[in-house]
Amino acid sequence: MSAPSTYVPKSAFGKWFESRLPVMGLLHSSFIVFPNPRNLNYFWTFGGMLAFMLVAQIVTGVVLAMHYTPNAKMAFDSVEHIMRDVNYGWLLRYLHANGASMFFVAVYVHIFRGLYYGSYKAPREILWILGVIIFLLMMATAFMGYVLPWGQMSFWGATVITNLFSAFPVVGETIVTFLWGGYSVDNPTLNRFFSLHYLLPFMIAGVVVLHIWALHVPGSNNPTGIEKKTEKDTLPFHPYFTVKDALALVCFLMVYIWFVAYTPNFLGHADNYIEANPAVTPAHIVPEWYFLPFYAILRAIPDKLMGVLAMFGSIAVLAFLPWLDTSRVKSANYRPLYRQFFWLFAVAAVGLGWLGAKPPEGGYVIASRILTFYYFAHFLIVLPLLGLFETPRRLPGSIAEAVLGKGGSASAMAAGAAQSPNTKG
Amino acid sequence: MATTSTATASEPTRRDFLFIATGAVGAVGVAATLWPFISQMGPDAATIAAGAPVDFDLTPVAEGQIVKLFWRGKLIFVRHRTAEEIKAAQTVNVATLPDPQDDAARVKPGKAQWLVVYGNCTHLGCVPLGNEGAFHGWQCPCHGSVFDTSGRIRQGPAPTNLPVPPYTFVSDAKIQIG
Repeated sequence: MSAPSTYVPKSAFGKWFESRLPVMGLLHSSFIVFPNPRNLNYFWTFGGMLAFMLVAQIVTGVVLAMHYTPNAKMAFDSVEHIMRDVNYGWLLRYLHANGASMFFVAVYVHIFRGLYYGSYKAPREILWILGVIIFLLMMATAFMGYVLPWGQMSFWGATVITNLFSAFPVVGETIVTFLWGGYSVDNPTLNRFFSLHYLLPFMIAGVVVLHIWALHVPGSNNPTGIEKKTEKDTLPFHPYFTVKDALALVCFLMVYIWFVAYTPNFLGHADNYIEANPAVTPAHIVPEWYFLPFYAILRAIPDKLMGVLAMFGSIAVLAFLPWLDTSRVKSANYRPLYRQFFWLFAVAAVGLGWLGAKPPEGGYVIASRILTFYYFAHFLIVLPLLGLFETPRRLPGSIAEAVLGKGGSASAMAAGAAQSPNTKG
Repeated sequence: MATTSTATASEPTRRDFLFIATGAVGAVGVAATLWPFISQMGPDAATIAAGAPVDFDLTPVAEGQIVKLFWRGKLIFVRHRTAEEIKAAQTVNVATLPDPQDDAARVKPGKAQWLVVYGNCTHLGCVPLGNEGAFHGWQCPCHGSVFDTSGRIRQGPAPTNLPVPPYTFVSDAKIQIG
């Protein structure tokens, strides 16, 4: 979107159309000739997977909505109707349910890629914040989608999460009543969640357009973290990165389809095949796996309001990351200390996820508190100080130099990039 | 604007008037339009109408039993407390409780055997399990809040006691909730 368009329509109709709506030129400059850093590794392919998953979820979701009934008395049965009666309904529903999980797998790799290579730093702060907004919208969408089958986990998940808002003093109860449209989670709640679950993916799509727009101003970050300077540092999007993205996407889809085909309920909970019962809470209620780290943070804090604030804060802190990290070097490849703290943080985040699935008692609570403290300390203490005390390794002069060494000729560059574009990854 | 501002610095123009008048009417219009969109989120007339008082017959509730019923879509526990449970609830030093409240303030005078409380944990709304936990009142399976035989919070993240819904004794064996 920032690259000058070199698009020349070939046909007469193309010329006529382009002079009236230059959309082909926009696509051409954005996704055909767009200059990407030549050293992008496979961690840069997850953005494309996410775009694919968003479309896949919208397509399967729109079709499922044709067979689903958003009514508290009929929702559970209509999901069973999809599973048993609708042609390929079982496939569509499993694609959609496991698609949500795969969407989060990809987004977490995407986020950690950004954390490792410093992709949130100037000039990409807005790009990063748009990503945080997309992440929040994804969480809201996934949460409301999980309510729709109206099983026990749906109902009690909805009850617990909406009750989070009751923690706010004075207005809390009113907010919750207005979220529910009544005095408990009931039919009005299901109706509005269905409506919003249908709406939010299109809002995500809108923010994704802004995300890509903001990306195409400076272009992608890369494993060295230094900006592209000359044409030697880059390769055109097509065919180099279209093919790379496509290969990674197909591998990703094989994992996705493996879940759908062989163990479609592995990531779900058996309790959600019991119809919602407002008189009985399941013995162990746990959210979907992708919410577990945040759930662990909520439970780690013994005070209701502080627990809720910590949970929301754990995501909000990401938006301030560009200013909390004081280092001028982006990539962890050149930051020996940050590299270690990055992995410590990754272990803490996964550890919180593990603890989120455990009962809230004894040693699990203590471990949750330690890891919750470390989660926030990473952003609020480690990152601000690290930039002041760490001595980064010497950065290469350019991306081309990092990939090819100083003496590489122009022809050797193209060959080297084509053979092993991610040797420095 | 730059060319006209010198001439009109002291006196408002017709355009200034139109801008303020249009803006003011527009703001009122936006607020008036927003109101229905916010209001529709609240409980509808049918939901409120379903909140009419309900009668509940206590005769079949045996001593030690906890019965669940719904009023306004909310779960309510009716607990027929044993003498031991009443004693446990009454002999606590109220000042030591997280949400200090006397047991007498949570039951009707002379009806200490009947405890009527909302059945959703005040933490995040799960249904606590009866006769569980260190105080033999309730324990919440979700986040571990423990309630005593008066429905008061004793341990865990719940901030307040299980609230007592509005109810009256119609007769010795019948209550009206609402």
